[in-house]
Amino acid sequence: MIGELASLPGAVPLVCIVAALALAAIPSWRVGGWVNFAAAAVAFAFACFLPWNLGSGQLLLVDRLSAHISILTAFVGMTTAWFSRFYVAAELAAGRIDPPRLRQYHALFQLFLGFMLLALLSNNLGVTWVAMEAATIAAVLVVGLPRTESAVEASWKFFILCAVGIALALFGTIVLYLAALPVLGPGLPAMSWTGLAQAAARCRAPLLNLAFVFLLIGYGTKAGLAPLHAWMPDAHAEGPTPVSAVLAGSILNVALLIIVRVKGLLLRNAEAIAPGPPLMALGLLSVLFAAFALWRRRDVKRFFAFSTIEQSGIAAFAFGLGGPAAMFAGLLHMTLHTLAKAAVFQCVGRAAQIRGGQTFADITGLVASHRALGLTLAAGIVAVAGLPPFGLFTSEFLVAMETARHLPWLMVPLGLGLVVGGWALAARLIALCFGDPGSARSIPAFGGAFALLPAWIHLALVVGIGLAMPAALAAWFTAASRLP
Amino acid sequence: MDPHGTFGALSYDVGHLLGTGVLVLSFLLLYQRRMGAVIHTYAAQAVVLAAAALWQAIVQDSWHLLVTAIIALGAKGIAIPLALNAIVRRLNIHRSIENAMGIYTTMALGALLVALSIMVVLPTTLQAQALTREDLALALSVVLLGLLMMISRRTALTQVIGFMSLENGLILAAVGVAGMPLVVELSVAVLVMVAAVVFGVFFFRIREQFDSLDVTHLDRVGGLQR
Repeated sequence: MIGELASLPGAVPLVCIVAALALAAIPSWRVGGWVNFAAAAVAFAFACFLPWNLGSGQLLLVDRLSAHISILTAFVGMTTAWFSRFYVAAELAAGRIDPPRLRQYHALFQLFLGFMLLALLSNNLGVTWVAMEAATIAAVLVVGLPRTESAVEASWKFFILCAVGIALALFGTIVLYLAALPVLGPGLPAMSWTGLAQAAARCRAPLLNLAFVFLLIGYGTKAGLAPLHAWMPDAHAEGPTPVSAVLAGSILNVALLIIVRVKGLLLRNAEAIAPGPPLMALGLLSVLFAAFALWRRRDVKRFFAFSTIEQSGIAAFAFGLGGPAAMFAGLLHMTLHTLAKAAVFQCVGRAAQIRGGQTFADITGLVASHRALGLTLAAGIVAVAGLPPFGLFTSEFLVAMETARHLPWLMVPLGLGLVVGGWALAARLIALCFGDPGSARSIPAFGGAFALLPAWIHLALVVGIGLAMPAALAAWFTAASRLP
Repeated sequence: MDPHGTFGALSYDVGHLLGTGVLVLSFLLLYQRRMGAVIHTYAAQAVVLAAAALWQAIVQDSWHLLVTAIIALGAKGIAIPLALNAIVRRLNIHRSIENAMGIYTTMALGALLVALSIMVVLPTTLQAQALTREDLALALSVVLLGLLMMISRRTALTQVIGFMSLENGLILAAVGVAGMPLVVELSVAVLVMVAAVVFGVFFFRIREQFDSLDVTHLDRVGGLQR
């Protein structure tokens, strides 16, 4: 089983995990930053070959969906590692972190990325669970790195909530195994996605239902779905931005992928409950809750964390709705949101360093003081708000269209959430970017335009996919969003 | 049906007894007033869990469960309680614990949760072995009682013990399911998580302590010299 890691799909997570061990031994943070970027770039290069290596074994499962999200995650990991080099230099200069902690930071960065990729590509529910747990622990440790009072508190809250969530997911995993036991017999197949998918129709439906509830709550916590989202604003706001905000956004996708797979199992069983409505309910609740909560935020990073909850809710809602068009829209939305939000958090992290604070009072009128950064952030916020010409407009429009076609009365709450949330983003956009910089302090930042390069690439992709999606890419999205 | 898996057979009776023992200790955890007693009760639960895993190793003839039993006994039954005791002594938090809810309310809620998990699990598992079914119901009860403890207790340390007791429920569920692969690996992973929690608390509290020590201590020294 372990031998499968020697294949190309296995190399994707393995590169990161090996790099993490190496980084733990590299004392220089400058070298560490470069190694961090190189490892993420290699992982991304390997991930790009995944679509030509579809297949499954006992340990790994590469289908179009997991290949797609792996490429996305590895890409964001690579660009974030680039951005991180400039970010940590500024943190070091500000004295918020010291070189020994940076060594831990780089090792944990790769550990987090590696285990996320392993969770994505694993065929075994037990391995998926262990990988999610390990990624969670790595993220918790990163959030607690700055050792400020609020960072320690955030990592504590993060840990307790996610640990409970992940514990419930383990219970769900055990119940799922129990459901498949009479059909597949004892052993590894009853714990593998491929084995379960074949046997799902003959599994005991009540046990599948029970497993679904626990897995939805357990991994739903990691997906940041309301009312299980409480860890997210703290974790996004307090830790070092590259890992705690940018990469942590990717773990939502991993959790949603697992939920989609479990949903697929239940759909194959005629006697099981319909898995769509609970998922839609959680998604809709997240959209509505986050849209209104956005208005009350004072901290910029917390504000965008709530926006992430809203977007994760939209994706979950689309996946719950089901059907080829809605799945397509959900996958497109998830992909574009990950890219756009990563760009936004990279800008916000940089702005918070420049202004020496992360509240809306600290960050005002960015365009006047830092033109490139301000305009990039403005573009990112427009993208996240779901306004044209960015691709999120397309995906949200598709989700709304599908809702109107199948469940028209749900358009009222969904539309309300989308409008209120988008409005909150637009309102804040003006203060953040186009207001008066006033007497705000300005600490010189590192890297200049180089640090913004990832954000530009992300936003260019989001615009490109929104305006003119190549036919090949559209075909890929359609194939990937077909239920595995 | 398997003759070993029904009421009256030794394998069933002992397995059932040990599973119930874990559950009863979960109830005991809910109303302990002193920090030391909470830790000891948790240690006792881990020891009973180790016995349950050992019994399953013998009954199912799957000796890898022995590793799970040893982990439960060595790490959760001995090492972690010792570490927690050291933390309690060092931070001087022996005093009785604040409850967010009254004991009667907590116990009544606990009983309701057990009833709920029996009502949920037993009807859904009609075709499974009797031992598996009841183990699962007991395990779910332990998980829910652990959650209840995390809600009803206020200090970080009791929350951690509630979480670890919840994990005991998970291990109980995993060893009770016949032939489940990766149980050992999963229990190791759970142990890593538990250890991370314990040390998380440790650093968290120490950090708090140092902060307050730092400021007040320096202040006091400065005041005396002035």
